[in-house]
Amino acid sequence: MSGPSTYEPKYAAERWLDKRLPIVRFGVDFMAFPSPRNLNYWYAFGGILTMILMLQIITGVVLAMHYTPDVNLAFDSVQRIRRDVQFGWLIQPMHAVGASMFFLAVYVHMFRGMYYGSYKTPRELLWIIGCMIYLVMMATGFLGYTLPWGQMSFWGATVITGFFGAIPVVGESLQQWLLGGYSVDNPTLQRFFSLHYLLPFVIVALVGLHIWAVHHVGQNNPIGIEPKTKEDTLPFHPFYTMKDAFAIGVFMMIFALFVFYLPDALGHADNYQKADPLKTPPEIVPEWYFLPFYAILRAVPDKLLGVILMFSAIAVLFVLPWLDTAKVRSMRFRPVTRWFFIIFIFAGFILGWCGARAPDDIAIPIGEGGMTFKWLSRIATFYYFAYFIPILPIMGWIEKTKPVPDSITKAVLSGDA
Amino acid sequence: MLKMFTKTLAIAAVVTFSLFISAGLASAAAPGAKPDKQKWGFKGPRGTYDRPAMQRGYQVYREVCASCHMLEQLSFHHLADKGAPFYDENFPNPNDNPVVKAFAKDWEIEDIDQDSGDPITRPGVPADGFPDIYPNAIAAAAVNGGAIPPDLSLIIPARGGGADYLYALLANGYVDAPAGFKVGEGTNYNTYFPGNQIAMAQPLFEGGVEYKDGPEATVDQMSKDLVEFLAWAGDPKMEVRKKTGFGAFLFLFIFTLLLFMTYKEVWRNVKH
Repeated sequence: MSGPSTYEPKYAAERWLDKRLPIVRFGVDFMAFPSPRNLNYWYAFGGILTMILMLQIITGVVLAMHYTPDVNLAFDSVQRIRRDVQFGWLIQPMHAVGASMFFLAVYVHMFRGMYYGSYKTPRELLWIIGCMIYLVMMATGFLGYTLPWGQMSFWGATVITGFFGAIPVVGESLQQWLLGGYSVDNPTLQRFFSLHYLLPFVIVALVGLHIWAVHHVGQNNPIGIEPKTKEDTLPFHPFYTMKDAFAIGVFMMIFALFVFYLPDALGHADNYQKADPLKTPPEIVPEWYFLPFYAILRAVPDKLLGVILMFSAIAVLFVLPWLDTAKVRSMRFRPVTRWFFIIFIFAGFILGWCGARAPDDIAIPIGEGGMTFKWLSRIATFYYFAYFIPILPIMGWIEKTKPVPDSITKAVLSGDA
Repeated sequence: MLKMFTKTLAIAAVVTFSLFISAGLASAAAPGAKPDKQKWGFKGPRGTYDRPAMQRGYQVYREVCASCHMLEQLSFHHLADKGAPFYDENFPNPNDNPVVKAFAKDWEIEDIDQDSGDPITRPGVPADGFPDIYPNAIAAAAVNGGAIPPDLSLIIPARGGGADYLYALLANGYVDAPAGFKVGEGTNYNTYFPGNQIAMAQPLFEGGVEYKDGPEATVDQMSKDLVEFLAWAGDPKMEVRKKTGFGAFLFLFIFTLLLFMTYKEVWRNVKH
């Protein structure tokens, strides 16, 4: 895809370096990466995510200089950072809000991939690496939320590590092994801190593979057909570096709105209370980005079945490239499946809503007594899985797709791209 | 060109809005009456704390609350930091602030004698933290009928209702229990407290403290002043954060506009 190198060293020093370590050549070729000319703003989220990842690592490294992973000191050390450390009042909310922004951007990025069929051949591995990044991100986000050692940190960690206890036979010993004891305590906090520092670098490595893969197979695009001629593409730099930079600027404004004016809006008040193993909060809710999965977990009465369903909800993403049997990539040309996809997104929001509320509260006041959140989450969970099996494979076989343009350039010139 | 820019901003606004919605969903309703919204000077994008009110609030804390409630996250010198209730520009080092020095001296601090190593108590200095009231949590519960008085330095961020909730609880919450409601032993009826039974007896009464100057010390006034002080105690960097935020926004807006213009210039001859 990348084609032959276009780099020509101009100066003697450059030539000298190029013979020994062609690092400049690598950078130039990397940035000249031919990209479809019809990428829209939904394609800017890859760049946005890279920026947030770097920001999270930088703020995180600074926070680790001041944070103390000890059950007696962790909560107070976070307060010290917010109150006494120079610019700690800025760095700490940036990191906490940054986690939410990371998930917001990754969800948009994933939905974009699903809408335009970016997981289809030859991009299956690119998609799977992306799913792995998402999985490691979830682990990192969960571990990080434990570190401030507030009430929600502690009880969230207790509930989530409890999932492993539901596994038959080995569950209990596995849970104890993860916690470093019988319950969430100092060994848990210390290992969570260690792993929270480690996993972002695993993400960096996976992102490296993700970018390598996308450079090898090329980017998908909104009409989902491969570039055929040179005309169909533009060099990544300066065309998409500038477009992404603008999108990053807009995203940073949303980010700044939360950091400076609403630093607590995405958190839970209970996490301003020190962890107390003897006092269970009236409600244990995960961070907003886990709410849909939390709703799936609680949709069934059996704990083990709930855990299996929850993990399946993520696992099914890994096999998505083989579940979608359609030849056409982009939903733009799939008039019926497109609606199934929109309902899928809607079901995701419904699940998030259910995850935030008590299962037995009334969600929709219809019929006798109304529908509880438990039943609403059951319906949404059913649809979540139904979208992957059987809707996607069946629609791939039976749907009559709209005619796909011959080339990207033709589509661009006729205004269809 | 500007149309594109506004379109992108509109998308950004929608994304932000949906985040608000999800944030709203995450905070489920707490049991207990919903407190009325009050007008606080520290709310809003340009909000600041009311310094005289904070100073009166500190007096209420000192004379009423401090016998049972700690300010775990505060040291005396914090009271004299920039933006704090007793900041004095003549004393950029908060440890030199005479008002705060006098406050600190008022407290007995446990220490070790530097010659003999014996445990002693000495008058506080600004560098000291607000001292513990109870030797441990069990003792705190034992002398308070089983309920541990919560730390007040984070009481406002740590309660879903925030400032409105605390104000309502203190100023209007203590009323006679409705007929048929059985108030448990050692608890008091409060409209706004979750479950309506609070271990703390009504703490504020008309004239409970004497304000040297300023308004009359009504229950309502004292509650407002105390909430102002505790709001600061929970988020002391709020003013500098919001001020910096304004500059950050101005920068981001101009920078993003320039990026947009560069982007349009680069793409000028490319149909897409």
